[in-house]
Amino acid sequence: MFKGKFIDNLPKIYGLYTGGFLVFIILMAIAEQAGMTAKTIGILFVAFTVCIYAIIGYLSRTVQVDAYYVAGRQVPTVFNGMATAADWMSGASFVAMAGGIYFGGYTYMAFLIGWTGGYVLVSSLLAPYLRKFGCYTVPDFIGTRYGGNLARFCAVVVLTLASFTYVTAQINATGTIASRALGIPFELGVWVGLVSILLCSMLGGMRAVTWTQVAQYIVLIIAYLIPIFWMSNKNGMGFFPHFMLGEEVARLGELEAQFGLVKNAAADIKAAGVPGGLKSIALPHSGVPEGAMGAWKFISLVICMMVGTASLPHILMRYFTTPSVKAARKSVAWSLFFIALLYTSAPMLATLSKLQLMDPTLATGIIGKPIADVMQIEWVNSWINVKQAFIADFNGDGVLQLNEWFMRGDVVVLATPEVAGLPYVISGLVAAGGMAAAMSTADGLILAIANALSHDIYYKIIDPKADVRKRLLVARSLLIVIGAAGAYIASMRITSILGAVAWAFDFAMSGLFFPLILGVWWKRATKQGAIAGMIAGLASGTAYLIYVYPKFMGNAPWLGIDHLRFGIIGASVCLVVMVVVSLMTPEPDSATQKMIDEVRIPSGKTILGKQH
Amino acid sequence: MSNKEKHWEKTKGLMIITLAIWFFFGYVVFMFGSSLNTASFLGYPLAYYMCAQGSIIAFVVLIFWFANRQEKIDEEFGFTEREGDD
Repeated sequence: MFKGKFIDNLPKIYGLYTGGFLVFIILMAIAEQAGMTAKTIGILFVAFTVCIYAIIGYLSRTVQVDAYYVAGRQVPTVFNGMATAADWMSGASFVAMAGGIYFGGYTYMAFLIGWTGGYVLVSSLLAPYLRKFGCYTVPDFIGTRYGGNLARFCAVVVLTLASFTYVTAQINATGTIASRALGIPFELGVWVGLVSILLCSMLGGMRAVTWTQVAQYIVLIIAYLIPIFWMSNKNGMGFFPHFMLGEEVARLGELEAQFGLVKNAAADIKAAGVPGGLKSIALPHSGVPEGAMGAWKFISLVICMMVGTASLPHILMRYFTTPSVKAARKSVAWSLFFIALLYTSAPMLATLSKLQLMDPTLATGIIGKPIADVMQIEWVNSWINVKQAFIADFNGDGVLQLNEWFMRGDVVVLATPEVAGLPYVISGLVAAGGMAAAMSTADGLILAIANALSHDIYYKIIDPKADVRKRLLVARSLLIVIGAAGAYIASMRITSILGAVAWAFDFAMSGLFFPLILGVWWKRATKQGAIAGMIAGLASGTAYLIYVYPKFMGNAPWLGIDHLRFGIIGASVCLVVMVVVSLMTPEPDSATQKMIDEVRIPSGKTILGKQH
Repeated sequence: MSNKEKHWEKTKGLMIITLAIWFFFGYVVFMFGSSLNTASFLGYPLAYYMCAQGSIIAFVVLIFWFANRQEKIDEEFGFTEREGDD
């Protein structure tokens, strides 16, 4: 059945896999009709998919350096696109994005633009050139282009800070989903999540992560799209929701006017005892805030997310795995295509689920109905019991108003199938999808950190004579240590999912964006300039974060640049310092200049050898 | 000007055009969000639509277009990769 090389058989293998997964969903649906309990279905969904990933991880084990670090540079464009999409779409994208749009409407959708537009920067400014360079890690490029261990070391520091901020949020998400689906406490769920993550990456490094990420993308996109199409069709809102929800968006505007968008006073929320992290709808769904400040807040967030995207090492390193420079460019396009499938669906999911709750003429509507009746609804009860939803009758009229219904953002995706009255098999599917999204991103991030530490710190700086066996042993040990550290911090529950995710982008852009692009696009950029830029960018960005973040110093943001946008400060400082210092120091030697010329053309040998 | 320099000039030109289109769909559109929203497309308010789908689709098309253009430039100057270059 499978003749020839593994790579040639990929379409067949993943085609079978997708078919198998669909059959599994149907079997679960039949089992549900036959009386299998919701809990068992949830466990089976998560356990089945995680086992598949573990098997792929085991089959992709390797003892070769280039397979471990860059998957042997033979991942075809479309598959690398899928793997990047899974790498990219985190627990936050899957679980929290629709919830963010649900509460924040248009203003939140700046994230959608930022998290997609960044790929234009990746394709035109970076990915093809980094691929031509032939590096194993992002600091590998900085270290070779600028020369010297200090530049390399600074890049590793920025990479570690940005990726680690991100990874705790992902492990947190796997923990939340594992604990819900398997019915275990969150603190245990985090460790179960970690073991699943490591099963995918430990034995095969980048090669194993690539092939599990493709599998995870397939699960997560199916899990995201099926409920949207089902809900839309079930309620007669449109056969193809993406192009047919215009009326529903307008209807939401009417309902907002009818119920009124009320922002609750913090004192009222506290007095009513609303659990932390729960919100009520207080912003319009499609309305645009008036004035220049509103537009600037939107645009500044877009800047941070776009530039951050182009600086995040776990994404950039995916393009090191393609067979050629040409393939790296195409692969960025496919990545964004696969990402767009989910991102253009998130607003539709938010619209559908919001309407189902808000429209009193629908059977599922709860706003505007007597609270006593709403409390009888099964899903309302079960989410209130786990403190993910809350009802506070502020005006004491016994009727549920829009500002009296509180929910956690994540619940929008996780509970929507139940709210819409879809069979439980869909909830199980959504849990498996969320798990896939969080696991795939966590894998990419942990691997990015461990690879930078093992390749750039251990091999390049500490022990350049280490043999392959020892290098891979160090790489794998670091993987476990970093994963465990992330899980430990996640189990302490420090920040909400989204705050932390946006910070990772800001950290990455503060320290890495300009050293990366100027390394290719400006020959005059010097080692001293890059080092000064990285240090000044990261330090100023971090200082500004401490200055504005409410839980630290809490000062008033300058020009609306709050803690989600501190990268604007960091990256600007980085650019100025890097340019000034570069111009003050002697220009790079002719060998470096020649190397940059070589990087700029696709043909010829990579700068760094196949194995280095 | 050497072949390499000409190739780089063209590559730079393409990069600037690409980023100009990117800037339009990523920023210019949203500078005028509140006035755009009075118009509608497929029944959606226009700014909302651009945010939910319009600009995202534009980015996908833009990157595919960019990749093809750049391949043509590489071909023109004879810098296309051959099998086994790596």
